[in-house]
Amino acid sequence: MKTNDVMLQTATKVVIFIILLFAVHIFFTGHYTPGGGFVGGLLTASAIVLLMLAFDLDTVKKILPLNYVAMVAVGLLIALGTAGASIVFDVPFFTHAYDYFDLPLFGKTSLHSAALFDLGVYLVVVGVTMTIIQTIGEDE
Amino acid sequence: MSLVFLIFLPILAALLIPLLFKKLSRIHTGWFVLIVPVILFIYYASYLPQTMEGGTFTSEFQWIPSLDIAFIAYLDGLSLLFSLLITGIGSLVVLYSTFYLDKNREQLHNFYVYLLIFMTAMLGVVQSDHMITLYLFWELTSISSFLLIGYWYTRDRSRFGALKSMMITVFGGLMMLGGFVLLSIMGNTYSIRELIAQAPDLVQHEFFIWALVLILLGAFTKSAQFPFYIWLPDAMEAPTPVSAYLHSATMVKAGLYLVARFTPIFAASGLWVWLVTGVGLFTMIWASVFALKQKDLKGILAFSTVSQLGLIMSLLGASAMGFHVEDAANTVFKYAAFAAIFHLVNHAVFKGSLFMVAGIVDHETGTRDIRKLGGLMSLMPISFTIAMIGSLSMAGIPLFGGFLSKETFLTAMLAITEFEPFSMDVWGFLFPVIAWVGSVFTFIYSLYFVLHTFTGKHKPEELPKQAHEAPIGMLIPPAILAMLVIAIFFIPNVVGDWIVKPAVLAIQPFLYTSPEQVDVHVSAWHGFNTELFMTLGIFAVGGLLFWLLRKWQPVYDKLPETYSLNSLYDFMMYLSDSGAKRFSALYMTGFIRSYLAYMFGFFILIMLTTLYLVDAFVFDTTNLAPVGTYEIFIAIALVAATITTIAAKSRLTAIVALGAVGYSVALFFVIFRAPDLALTQLVIETISVALFLLAFYHLPINSKKEERISFKVGNAAIALGVGVTMTLVALSAHSQKLLPSISEYYKETVYSEAGGGNIVNVILVDYRGFDTLFEIAVLGIAGIGIITMIKLRLSKKEGHHENK
Repeated sequence: MKTNDVMLQTATKVVIFIILLFAVHIFFTGHYTPGGGFVGGLLTASAIVLLMLAFDLDTVKKILPLNYVAMVAVGLLIALGTAGASIVFDVPFFTHAYDYFDLPLFGKTSLHSAALFDLGVYLVVVGVTMTIIQTIGEDE
Repeated sequence: MSLVFLIFLPILAALLIPLLFKKLSRIHTGWFVLIVPVILFIYYASYLPQTMEGGTFTSEFQWIPSLDIAFIAYLDGLSLLFSLLITGIGSLVVLYSTFYLDKNREQLHNFYVYLLIFMTAMLGVVQSDHMITLYLFWELTSISSFLLIGYWYTRDRSRFGALKSMMITVFGGLMMLGGFVLLSIMGNTYSIRELIAQAPDLVQHEFFIWALVLILLGAFTKSAQFPFYIWLPDAMEAPTPVSAYLHSATMVKAGLYLVARFTPIFAASGLWVWLVTGVGLFTMIWASVFALKQKDLKGILAFSTVSQLGLIMSLLGASAMGFHVEDAANTVFKYAAFAAIFHLVNHAVFKGSLFMVAGIVDHETGTRDIRKLGGLMSLMPISFTIAMIGSLSMAGIPLFGGFLSKETFLTAMLAITEFEPFSMDVWGFLFPVIAWVGSVFTFIYSLYFVLHTFTGKHKPEELPKQAHEAPIGMLIPPAILAMLVIAIFFIPNVVGDWIVKPAVLAIQPFLYTSPEQVDVHVSAWHGFNTELFMTLGIFAVGGLLFWLLRKWQPVYDKLPETYSLNSLYDFMMYLSDSGAKRFSALYMTGFIRSYLAYMFGFFILIMLTTLYLVDAFVFDTTNLAPVGTYEIFIAIALVAATITTIAAKSRLTAIVALGAVGYSVALFFVIFRAPDLALTQLVIETISVALFLLAFYHLPINSKKEERISFKVGNAAIALGVGVTMTLVALSAHSQKLLPSISEYYKETVYSEAGGGNIVNVILVDYRGFDTLFEIAVLGIAGIGIITMIKLRLSKKEGHHENK
């Protein structure tokens, strides 16, 4: 017997974008205000969990056909690559670089290689959290 | 040829033995082996003329030059005497074993390999001048002896005897190593000769007594002195050639060699004289008394060996006394060292022949039980003759070598009473008395051994085999030894000049400078003196007691078996094996709660002790921030939630209370201005509470029943202790900040150097990104771990569980 949770599903459809946007916001502002890859990743994961609660595992898999284990691996590779790239420029391991650029649409923006590292953290956190929840959820 | 390499000749020859045994199986392997000791004997004998004049020879082979470790062969009178014994009796034993061991039934390749290893080891022990290589060879004798005793490894008694001798001699060997190391620290050299040269300085050193006692422990265990003699009777499970070689002529004399070799260093100490002489004499009387209890031919010989070794040991102790007497070269003490070496030679000769006879009797009748034997005189006349010569020499009867050494022994023991160092005047009279009583018993067991085997009534129905004389090859080695026994009586001074005096020079270098100065002339007849009357007394009392032996021998059977040294050894082995097992079972409970209790208990103990020792109970209030209202409220909520967690009846309550704890911690982060931490804490707390609920949901039905955590005083005490300890440590650490914080640097450079504004995040990804890199690696591993734990269920698929 399936209960009718149209309220939940409709609310989710709206709320999920707010959560995802907030997660992206908190990820990008992490360098200047509270936030960063870790919290951003956790919030993104919670948005996906909300989807799972409102619909079910198979539906979410269909909407977001993501391999979370690969996501963890990609995240780790990005993080390691960012840290290791400094070697190419003949500076010590894990030396970050940043500068200010005039980008179209954004104007004067600082681009920082730490953001790439944070992206790695973000991907790992999302991947691990979703791996754990999905694995346990699928378990009988 | 280099002396030092000849030591290794037997062990190199041992490499060929398995090959010869396999390829030339028609010829008894013993014949090939025989060549080695014979060559060595002839070679060493060629040194006799030079050592007679006090010559010494050294030969060196570097082993570990950077640690100053080398094989140094040092040949003087004492080493040469032992080398001749080892190779000479070794040759005879190999010849004997050729006839004793059957080439088709026995694993000869094992036997001769072990025997040749032993020969190298013994030669190394007696010729090494370097203490570390001496120890190396010493342990090699223990190991090869272990292998030889356990030669018939399918028998329980063999394995037991081998293990026992291994345990005791290796214990002594390790003690001896300790003594050697102390000596080398004291003298800053490993060379025994150099140590002897600086002996007067060593006496003052604080390690002197320790080195002395440790080295004596090594010597006493190897030479089967009281109370370590117990391994020797059990070692009689070895094949008889082994008993004859190792346990009468060579290995058990390694301890005597050690004592003789180190006498010039330790003789200055009164403790040395008392220990060596006292233990030696006590061993002598003890073993001679208990030799009569034995029913086994080799058992009697084993106890007799122990007793004779004690005799020689006591003489070596008495020779050390010569160090303390004015003008010792002209006193009777000059006899002691001479008598020790002289008797050592005598004993090796007659004991070797007696063991071989015991082997012949065993071989030809099938039993060694003296109660079953008797009346073999007419059946085995040659063996009887040899046994008679050996026994009478052991008893100290004229016409045999033993008489002469017994006389000099009594002379030395009587001499002790006349001198007064180390309050010998008080207890000195005991020495000749004990020596005399021991000699009486020696006389009795010597007769007991030979007469109860060869005379009396023949009992063919009790013997497993039809008794008959041994093959000629088995009789030649003991016959040669028996002839030597008689020869020594008639030419004692030749033996003395050639062999004994150079050895005495090595023991007492502080008295003499060349062997000719050893002014001892042995004669069979030196007038009516106390020694002669003592000897006559021995014959009279010993003869009488032997005549009445059947009347009083049953007394031995009434002695309680439980109060013996053997049962003490067994008890110690039991204690170390099963006792250790029970001890570990006591604390290795298998419960994690026990181990946690140990860990926390030791944590409290160590932390509080350290705090006490460094006097760190400081509480400094000057640096404290004011406490606000919010903090108090949140703290109360936190404590309330914590108490609920501990005291909750249902697990669900505990989980929710734990969530409350987590959220209040997040609140703390908020008011302590840590927004990043607060954000993370909130999300993580939510996820972990959800996971706890999941775990709760999947609990088995019967363990879901509501039950409060039972109160245990011990647990409460440990928990309280850990809390108090950590609080004290935190207070103490807070009150004693020795260095200013480095956080100022981050504040100043977060924008200029790192191009950021959020210090926490910049530290995480930039200043200390390395930590973050591995933290996300930890997360990844955790995720993969959960997948493997849940998805990979091999045991379930196969339908069985590894614990069932």
